[in-house]
Amino acid sequence: MRKALILAGYIGLTLTALPAFLVFAGRLSFDQYKALMIGGAVLWFSTAPFFIDKKTKSPR
Amino acid sequence: MSEQPKASLNQQLDAINDYERQPVPEHKTKGFKDFLALVAGEHIAGTEFVIGPLFVLHGASATDVVLGLLFGNILATLSWTFICAPLAVKTRLTLFYQLERICGYKLVSIFNALSGLQAVAFAAFMAVVSAGAIGLVAGLDTPGFTQMLPNGPSWIILVSVLVALITIIAIQGIDWVSRFAKISTPWMPWVFLSAGIATLPQLGVNSISDFWSVANTTIWTGTPAPGMAKYGLWHILFFSWLCNTAMHIGLSDTFIYRYARKSYYGLASIAGMFIGHFMAWISSGILCAAALRSGIADPTPGQVASIGAGLAGVICVVIAGWTTANPTLYRAGLAVQGIFPNTKRWKITAWLGVLAAVIASFPGVVSKLDSLLAWFALIAAPVGAIVVLEVYVFDRLHLERDYSHKRNGIVNWAVAATWVGALAICWLLYEWWDLDFFFFMAIPGWFIAAFLYIIFSKVMQRSPTTVQLSRV
Repeated sequence: MRKALILAGYIGLTLTALPAFLVFAGRLSFDQYKALMIGGAVLWFSTAPFFIDKKTKSPR
Repeated sequence: MSEQPKASLNQQLDAINDYERQPVPEHKTKGFKDFLALVAGEHIAGTEFVIGPLFVLHGASATDVVLGLLFGNILATLSWTFICAPLAVKTRLTLFYQLERICGYKLVSIFNALSGLQAVAFAAFMAVVSAGAIGLVAGLDTPGFTQMLPNGPSWIILVSVLVALITIIAIQGIDWVSRFAKISTPWMPWVFLSAGIATLPQLGVNSISDFWSVANTTIWTGTPAPGMAKYGLWHILFFSWLCNTAMHIGLSDTFIYRYARKSYYGLASIAGMFIGHFMAWISSGILCAAALRSGIADPTPGQVASIGAGLAGVICVVIAGWTTANPTLYRAGLAVQGIFPNTKRWKITAWLGVLAAVIASFPGVVSKLDSLLAWFALIAAPVGAIVVLEVYVFDRLHLERDYSHKRNGIVNWAVAATWVGALAICWLLYEWWDLDFFFFMAIPGWFIAAFLYIIFSKVMQRSPTTVQLSRV
């Protein structure tokens, strides 16, 4: 489950980073890019809380 | 669900031993990767959407921006690497405690108050930036950031609600805030980068080879906006080097680097500088040019981000503002609590929140961000010089270190005279040389303070009372 969440999170980051280069290359419209950016944000913020900074709960 | 009864936040905070008044023990030090992540996140804030456009509006040229940011950020990294981090590793103490040992509680309280005020103003800036972005999405008529007065009660209500949220979190939820920052930090730089790249075709950049000519003719044109002073290479270089003066040569980042296992960990700051203060500033400059081109004469960070990345850009502005404002107000509360140790931190933070809301009601204060940073750079530089001399030079000059600590906390007037004297000389030189940028005086201020502190300390420590006390 954790691996699936991490994978989904990184897909979210990819959706945030990659579409801009496709817009620059003329292979994606600006509106499609904006929609993908939102999708990336939703995917990242819905998965990252479950795997970021989870290792720090070790007993002191 | 938690299995143990939850302690109150105050109890939790009280239980944390952050080594405020003792050296950090060796087993508590951290590795290089920890610092890399920490400083990379720290320097990606909502203000990046303000500073990048400032260079466009102040009429910097493309060469000025690229070279100025390149060399300025290298110098900033070197300042952390060769001044702040080595000193922090050598002493493993916070700046506030070191200063208290040197100059006494009363003087350090003045510095605490100024640090607290600066942090409150910064939190207010963040609230203004976030409010502008929310207003944009909500369809509210938000004022431009060169407009000093609010344009109606809706703005005041919006910033008051935002500051109230920031204050509540600063009072109660610092753990949640830091976790939220850790979650958002990997996402935010990509939004800055994407927004800049995706906007380039709107400005006429269709291939990499187009970039430089468009950068010079459309983005950083060299012509300032009406009412804005002209910025050149030196302005950009000194701004990018010294906008964090308080942190590096002013030594407030000893708070972080005292946990560094090795002194070279100051090099980690390169991540924060070149992601937050190079890529993000250039990117937001591109977005500002696109906003100006689309007819927005006075673009807010929300508008700038929206043009580059739509709703995701607006969310980025709000999150970046929030993740910076919460810990900033929390630190302001801690700094001011140092002056009023018998007053609860939450009460102090609440009052500082009220002050932040008042400041945030005036949206034009954001356009004064560079001036505020410059003033604080001038105030912080002499403090850094004093501590550097104490740690590295005083023994060689046969001067006594920690003067106040050895005399039951009496005021060290050499520090007071150095601080006031350095500021006064800097101001006179600034006027005499007819400079237009306070940042130009931060480095001279550091050396002037160093010179004055040696002279004043020699005089003070030769006085009969001091000699007598030293022998006791």
